Amino acid sequence: MRAVIIGAGIVGAACAYELQREGFQVTVCDPGVIGGGATAAGMGHLAVMDDSPAQFALTSYSQALWRELAEELPPTAEILPCGSLWIAADAEEMAEVHRKFAYYSERGIPVEVLDSQQLAEAEPHLRPGMAGGLLMSADGVCYPPCAAEWLLRSVSVIRARVVRLAEGEVTLDRGSRLEADVIIVANGTAAVDLFPDLPLAPRKGHLLITDRYPGWLRHQLIELGYLKSAHSTTADSVAFNAQPRATGQILIGSSRQFGAVNGEIDPPMLARMLQRAFEYMPGLAQLASIRTWTGFRAATPDKLPVIGHAPGYSTVYLATGHEGLGISTSLATAKLLADQLMNRESRIPREPYLPGRSYSHD
Amino acid sequence: MTDLLIIGAGPAGIAAAVTAAEQGASVTVIDDNHAPGGQIWRGEFHGKPWYDRFQKVKLNIISDARVIAVHGNAVVIEQGAAARTIHWNKVILATGARELFLPFPGWTLPGVTGVGGLQALVKSGLVIRNKRVAVAGSGPLLLAAAAYLRAKGADLVMIAEQVPTAALMRFGMELRKHPKKLKQAAALQLQLLGVPYVRDCYVEHATGKGKLETLQFRQGSKTFTEEVDYAAIAYGFTPETELAAAFGCEILAHGVWVDKRQQTSIQNVYCAGESTGIGGVDVALLEGELAGLAACRKPTKHLLPLLAREQHFASLLNQTFSPRPGLKHLCTADTIVCRCEDVTYQVLRQQPDSRTAKLQTRCGMGPCQGRICGPANTFLFGWEQGSVRPPILPARMATLALSMTQETSS
Amino acid sequence: MIELFINGRGFFVKEGTTAAAAVLTCGTAQFRSSVTGEPRAPLCGMGICYECRLTIDGVQHARSCRIMATEGMRIETT
Ligand SMILES: Cc1cc2nc3c(=O)[nH]c(=O)nc-3n(C[C@H](O)[C@H](O)[C@H](O)COP(=O)(O)OP(=O)(O)OC[C@H]3O[C@@H](n4cnc5c(N)ncnc54)[C@H](O)[C@@H]3O)c2cc1C
Ligand SMILES: Cc1cc2nc3c(=O)[nH]c(=O)nc-3n(C[C@H](O)[C@H](O)[C@H](O)COP(=O)(O)OP(=O)(O)OC[C@H]3O[C@@H](n4cnc5c(N)ncnc54)[C@H](O)[C@@H]3O)c2cc1C
Ligand code: FES
Repeated sequence: MRAVIIGAGIVGAACAYELQREGFQVTVCDPGVIGGGATAAGMGHLAVMDDSPAQFALTSYSQALWRELAEELPPTAEILPCGSLWIAADAEEMAEVHRKFAYYSERGIPVEVLDSQQLAEAEPHLRPGMAGGLLMSADGVCYPPCAAEWLLRSVSVIRARVVRLAEGEVTLDRGSRLEADVIIVANGTAAVDLFPDLPLAPRKGHLLITDRYPGWLRHQLIELGYLKSAHSTTADSVAFNAQPRATGQILIGSSRQFGAVNGEIDPPMLARMLQRAFEYMPGLAQLASIRTWTGFRAATPDKLPVIGHAPGYSTVYLATGHEGLGISTSLATAKLLADQLMNRESRIPREPYLPGRSYSHD
Repeated sequence: MTDLLIIGAGPAGIAAAVTAAEQGASVTVIDDNHAPGGQIWRGEFHGKPWYDRFQKVKLNIISDARVIAVHGNAVVIEQGAAARTIHWNKVILATGARELFLPFPGWTLPGVTGVGGLQALVKSGLVIRNKRVAVAGSGPLLLAAAAYLRAKGADLVMIAEQVPTAALMRFGMELRKHPKKLKQAAALQLQLLGVPYVRDCYVEHATGKGKLETLQFRQGSKTFTEEVDYAAIAYGFTPETELAAAFGCEILAHGVWVDKRQQTSIQNVYCAGESTGIGGVDVALLEGELAGLAACRKPTKHLLPLLAREQHFASLLNQTFSPRPGLKHLCTADTIVCRCEDVTYQVLRQQPDSRTAKLQTRCGMGPCQGRICGPANTFLFGWEQGSVRPPILPARMATLALSMTQETSS
Repeated sequence: MIELFINGRGFFVKEGTTAAAAVLTCGTAQFRSSVTGEPRAPLCGMGICYECRLTIDGVQHARSCRIMATEGMRIETT
């Protein structure tokens, strides 16, 4: 069986790896470099989240898969089992900490509630007086482009754009055609070029990285206020997000903007994002930043990815719409697709992610 | 708000600033150095061309400050622990050049520096007296720097110029058409009397424990070694175009594109000096003057013949002293090419392009932002150089945050 | 002359000396360890290579070739 995968981001790479293991003859097409899209821009936080039961199912399944894969990944993939710390600034957010604690504990996810002082000890550079936090010790961090490269290391990758799609066949920008028994559309935000009706919107994000400060930051930190901002599906927002890298560098996020079309740095938005970070960690302001960049998340109205049979086709499948969690959920995405192709049951229900769903949100 | 903002206070920036101020413009000059003078007059501007005129005009000079971001018609500057924005009507970019470093085994050892690099360190207080120094690489700066170092008491072991003898002879013939330069060259030779000037010769590798001890030179089929304390090695210059790129200016292979009035592809953004192409101090001064006049809407035609003559000389230099292709083969497998991230030649050789190299090996991702390895990779592998985003030079996060919020619209 | 401290030891240097020039003149060859542990020291002398990074008065990653030595300055190599 021949499979053609459109897109060499982390999702395309994970699908290629999975299908190759199932015995498919896999070809991946991408006009750019491996992992050069959103995958190069993303923070690489491997997180379990619970915005919805379906999101929890996908992220927790995928995290288990990352843990298995971590054994095999090369050091360049920079797997760092640093854990996540959700920061509660006030009592209201602390209530959310307790809710999450209950939710995750019931489902066997290792979590711990930190009070104000424990939090300060865990992250000495946090502003004093935070209400507390939730430590999710199984979360981690990776460097996505090298993970993608490794997943594709024995797959044939053609440097070309797919310009047309038909049943069992794709046409490349240079005019040649590739036939396949299975076609997987994993080209992130660009999936709308091939499926204009997909409810995908690019959501721009800014990031900044510092010089090396080993030990300065210990966990991936996220403010719980993030839930309020990330939930909005219209307004531009920023949230405090700081990540320790295996190199000792610190990666600062994050912003979410709709309607932005060009990838240039938007200075006021970057400034807002950094100001937010200083509110949580004032000491960050004095650290040396060496680079900034932006990326686009492929956002869906119900904040769940699109995984499964493309409407109207029998050989074409979709794997896109992973918004800000595509690194985390790439491996589970690939498993769900492979199960569907092999006519197997999956470990988690596939229905919430199927392309034909209603996409309604709360 | 300033009428005219000039970024860089080397010869080009100084000439532009003085000229424009003489025309009545209110001029602000920002420079990353401690005092005006740029690379050539670093801290020793007194008594140099333009110094008297410079003394007579009113300029707002902001030293020890660097532009780290551009936002509309404002620039963000960082000065020590302070940050601010400056708005402008017109801007002249005069950011100059940096040295071209080509990797070879041992080039990362302490004691191996640039040519202008060692000179700059000595100008900023390094005591070089009685240190054994070799100067190598390519170009007339080898002589100028060697003469300077000798005057400061260095024990100059030798000067190694990679250009083959025949090409140097041809250059010598052409030099006769430029009597002023010929005189300068003769003066330098006098100052360097007794120091071996070896042609067709380059450093093949450097060794030492923890710091530089020995250099191995190659001249044709011959090799020889020298014990030294410092090796000043560079292969000419590469223009500093990052700031112009941040302004959105079109950049060509040799530098920032400008029209006959030094205006870049962006209106009201001018560029002068080495950032438009390597031309030496006389071209820089003329271009600066031209840009200063142009920014004040004054005629500039009278300067064009002079500039053409200087540019002719500059192109002669660039042709003669361009690094020989053989230098591409100096690296061994484990020679480090990207010094910030310690990426080796062997690893880079396997990468198809610069973007992949960046994403997969971290090459160019360190604090120099590819300023050192980028031009080396262009020479070694023909790779294009990367895009430019803020911060243009590493900066405190506070600088990126504070100064930009003043612009916040929403 | 100004007195400054390099890795805790006192030295005198001339006024107008940068921190980088001071460290070299005082006989310290290695400014920093590279990411794989190699010794490194100034290359460009003009503020762009970042090989001269030192910890100066507690501030990490300071570009010592651009910073003037001042009385009582505390410099740490890394
Ligand atoms: C600022 C930011 C921070 C993020 N942080 C995180 C995080 O911490 N954790 C996390 O899990 N996720 C994070 N994400 C999300 C994550 O980066 C994405 O969800 C993920 O990278 C999506 O991968 P992908 O393979 O679907 O898309 P991409 O990586 O964009 O890959 C799509 C590929 O398709 C190619 N392509 C496009 N059109 C065509 C065509 N016609 N033919 C062939 N190829 C084509 C593109 O060149 C590209 O390489 C973040 C995203 C952003 C922007
Ligand atoms: C290290 C070095 C030493 C040299 N020594 C000599 C010599 O001895 N003799 C000789 O003939 N030629 C020398 N040159 C060549 C020299 O560049 C030219 O001769 C001439 O000085 C170029 O003038 P310029 O005004 O174009 O640029 P420069 O003299 O390079 O001046 C540019 C100025 O802009 C500043 N700058 C750059 N970016 C920014 C920013 N983002 N923000 C604020 N300021 C910024 C720099 O700090 C610098 O002061 C040297 C070059 C270098 C790189
Ligand atoms: S020596 Fe290059 S930045 Fe200081």
